[in-house]
Amino acid sequence: MFKSKELKSQKRTPTASVGASTAPGYPHRLNFYDLPPLFEVTLEDFEESAIDRLRILAEIESSYARNRSWDELKEVTEKLCKKYLPLHANATALGKINPLEERKRDHLGHFVLRLAFCRSEELRRRFVTTEKTLFRVRYEGELREEKMEFVNSLNFGWVKVDTNERSSFEAELKALEVKPPGLPRTDEQEGPRAQEYVKVHWTKVPDLVAKRRVFLRGGFAYVHSREVSSIVYHEFESALQKALEHTAKMLPRMDEDTRLVPLLNNLSQGFLAGIPSEWSGPPLAGDEIRADMIDDMAKKHFPLCMRNLHECLTRDRHLKHFGRLQYGLFLKVLGLSIDEAVLFWRKSFSNITDDKFNKEYKYNIRHSYGLEGKRANYPAKSCQQILTTDKPGVGDCHGCPYRHFSPENLQSSLLTHYSLQGLGTTDLHEIMRTVKDGHYHVACTRVFEITHASKGVKKGDGIGDGESVTHPNQYAARSIELEKEQSQEGTVMAVD
Amino acid sequence: MMSDDADTSPEVMLQFYKRLYPFQSIFTWLNQEHTPTKLFTHREFAFTLQGDVYLRYNSFNTAEDLKKQVCALNPTRFEIGPMYSAKPRDKKSVRPAAFTPQRRELVFDIDMTDYDGVRTCCSAADICSRCWGFIAAAVKVLQSTLTEQFGFRHLLWVYSGRRGIHLWISDPAALDLTDDQRRALVSALTVVEGGKEMVKKVNVRTTKGLPPSLWHARETLRTIFVSLVLDDQDCFASQEGWETLLQLIPDRSIVETLRNEWSQDPERPSAQKWEELKDLITTKKGDVQSRLRDAIEDVVLQYTYPRIDAEVSKHRNHLLKAPFCVHPKTGRVCVPLDPRDIDRFDPCAVPTAAQLLRELNSTSTGEGADWEKTSLKPYVDLLDRHTMEILEEVRMMKRNNTSW
Repeated sequence: MFKSKELKSQKRTPTASVGASTAPGYPHRLNFYDLPPLFEVTLEDFEESAIDRLRILAEIESSYARNRSWDELKEVTEKLCKKYLPLHANATALGKINPLEERKRDHLGHFVLRLAFCRSEELRRRFVTTEKTLFRVRYEGELREEKMEFVNSLNFGWVKVDTNERSSFEAELKALEVKPPGLPRTDEQEGPRAQEYVKVHWTKVPDLVAKRRVFLRGGFAYVHSREVSSIVYHEFESALQKALEHTAKMLPRMDEDTRLVPLLNNLSQGFLAGIPSEWSGPPLAGDEIRADMIDDMAKKHFPLCMRNLHECLTRDRHLKHFGRLQYGLFLKVLGLSIDEAVLFWRKSFSNITDDKFNKEYKYNIRHSYGLEGKRANYPAKSCQQILTTDKPGVGDCHGCPYRHFSPENLQSSLLTHYSLQGLGTTDLHEIMRTVKDGHYHVACTRVFEITHASKGVKKGDGIGDGESVTHPNQYAARSIELEKEQSQEGTVMAVD
Repeated sequence: MMSDDADTSPEVMLQFYKRLYPFQSIFTWLNQEHTPTKLFTHREFAFTLQGDVYLRYNSFNTAEDLKKQVCALNPTRFEIGPMYSAKPRDKKSVRPAAFTPQRRELVFDIDMTDYDGVRTCCSAADICSRCWGFIAAAVKVLQSTLTEQFGFRHLLWVYSGRRGIHLWISDPAALDLTDDQRRALVSALTVVEGGKEMVKKVNVRTTKGLPPSLWHARETLRTIFVSLVLDDQDCFASQEGWETLLQLIPDRSIVETLRNEWSQDPERPSAQKWEELKDLITTKKGDVQSRLRDAIEDVVLQYTYPRIDAEVSKHRNHLLKAPFCVHPKTGRVCVPLDPRDIDRFDPCAVPTAAQLLRELNSTSTGEGADWEKTSLKPYVDLLDRHTMEILEEVRMMKRNNTSW
């Protein structure tokens, strides 16, 4: 595959290196990676550059899994980049370091990982997400002049909005001019550029459209020069996505190279193993869970999201699709067998006929256990998934109560569900404050601590070793474990 | 008479497909050209047979093929999916990676059940001409947003046969949207959200107020709100109704005053209650007043802004019932309709399959297709005119491309 690309790109390389005095071929620190590396490398370099890059990408992915904020993620990533993959800007590199070597290494690592991660849809998706994040971290950290130079070197086909056109939408544009809180106002002193807008088709800035942050007219988005970065990220992402699909098609031709294939396989496996993407704790020892035990377990061990679903199910004798999915997979991972699951749902949906149940619901239950359709073993949803995907619509009961309930309903819900386990009105204040700050998992962890105080859990212990709740099953499993520990202690004492 | 009209027995359906269903018009609309293209031959059709048997991944080479199969299977309804990278009927013989959805109309589904919290006239599956007002409001807002802001031109609105409406956008640019772009568009259009436990369902304001993309909707809905929510639906008549309203007002003193007054005299109409609320707000000053004004704007949006079923629009591979199918419960045909006439549209007056067949039997045989002799004609004509415009644009695009 390198050959076919080599031919095409050789013609273009001379233009790319024009004006690059410090590093021929790499005029900017940032790279869109549209040309493959065309220099000789040793096998060691091939592998090492990829592994170092992989460390960074793996850390980015685990940052997402841990719900780290953007600032935290940025800090962690920058620190790792400095260690494993330093990349100096033109200005800071002057005289001290040769930026060419660094940039070549960055370039090489990226392309090696492309080869390793183009093989499946899942790997491609994860690679694109993490690479885009790495690009964004670097782009944000870039010096302003060099950033502008870099952006100008890319040709996205956008049109500048002239003054006449701008004045006709003055009010609308003005209403959007505010910078969202949280982003530092670093680009303030842009002078005459500050009021400039460019026009691109809305499909190039889907994230701005989704948040209603751009003005739209006739299919075009009017993007403030400050938000041009959004276009850059999107272009980066879609170009990489396309390139990966292209590489995947070419890959079979390379599979004969016995030096590279095992190496690439190792790399992609490292990516999969390095990050705990789903919670898969040990199945609860010994005793099996039966359908009729769930009601009791819900009251003792389930986190609020699941208790709410359980209550809705008991009350309405029905749950809508995403509710069934969230609760059903949770129960599956908890250890409910397929037969018991069918029994449980059949009993719960008590006002529908057997016929309707078998036709409309049984298939889905079996599907979620991997017994139908593509037979995938679906993991239970993590807090991150519950918080960010499939927001509850009108009439839905799923989601995370800490995030999706109004404060009043959340408070009364907490009291009804947990007051017997020691949660009082005095605790509400603290919980509601963390909810207000958007730390939903912290609130949930705090509730766990309060309701398990009788089992010896103290504030700050979390669900063991100070860890906070990141998965509903982790919450339930720890709760059950605590109960077991206590009852075992009880028997030991009795024997003594 | 009613039960007769709603007849959707296999015999009626078969006659309907054989004699009335406009296969040719549907073909041209999906195909966007006169000779079959991938847009038709690689398109998924899914059939729902009697007894809820579901057959997916069917595809056909011509309109005739489709008709033949529909008449052979006699489904209660059928649905249209995307154009795949291979023929859907060959799905089992191609690699999974080589079978992905490619192009697809941008579709929307609005269903009356999502309005159950705000409509007072009916609930769940029922619909009357009064609840249609919510659909009409949704159509107006979406029509103007999608054309003016997103620049789409070929929008086809189709009555879903019972309690909702579908929208199919056939612009070449709409067909090419990726799932991510569809998701972005849907989230820009989703204003009312939050589950049962969330009282305030509209949270779209930024520090600078309502985003400009919603300004036009705000103007449209402000007038509709008065006639629809206050006068017609009388949403704040019951105690439950006005309590919901009061929970959305972020000022304790106003809420207390009104709660006292209204519980003593619950009979006063919603319009009066609304006026009393607005009067109390004008007595407030500065920031407090503007915050309350924002809150009542949000109330207007919460009661009238379109509630779209997001899942349908987000993914290219989602199936949606084909226009001109017959709704199995009501017997009504899913007819296209003109958004400019949306206020005059009466869902109860839509022809049913049984009724059309009777019309056909009572007219003498003559020239032309059978549907032309029935009250289905204006609806098929509407689709054909819509298709002509699409064809024209596709032709222009092709000409421009070949001239390069």
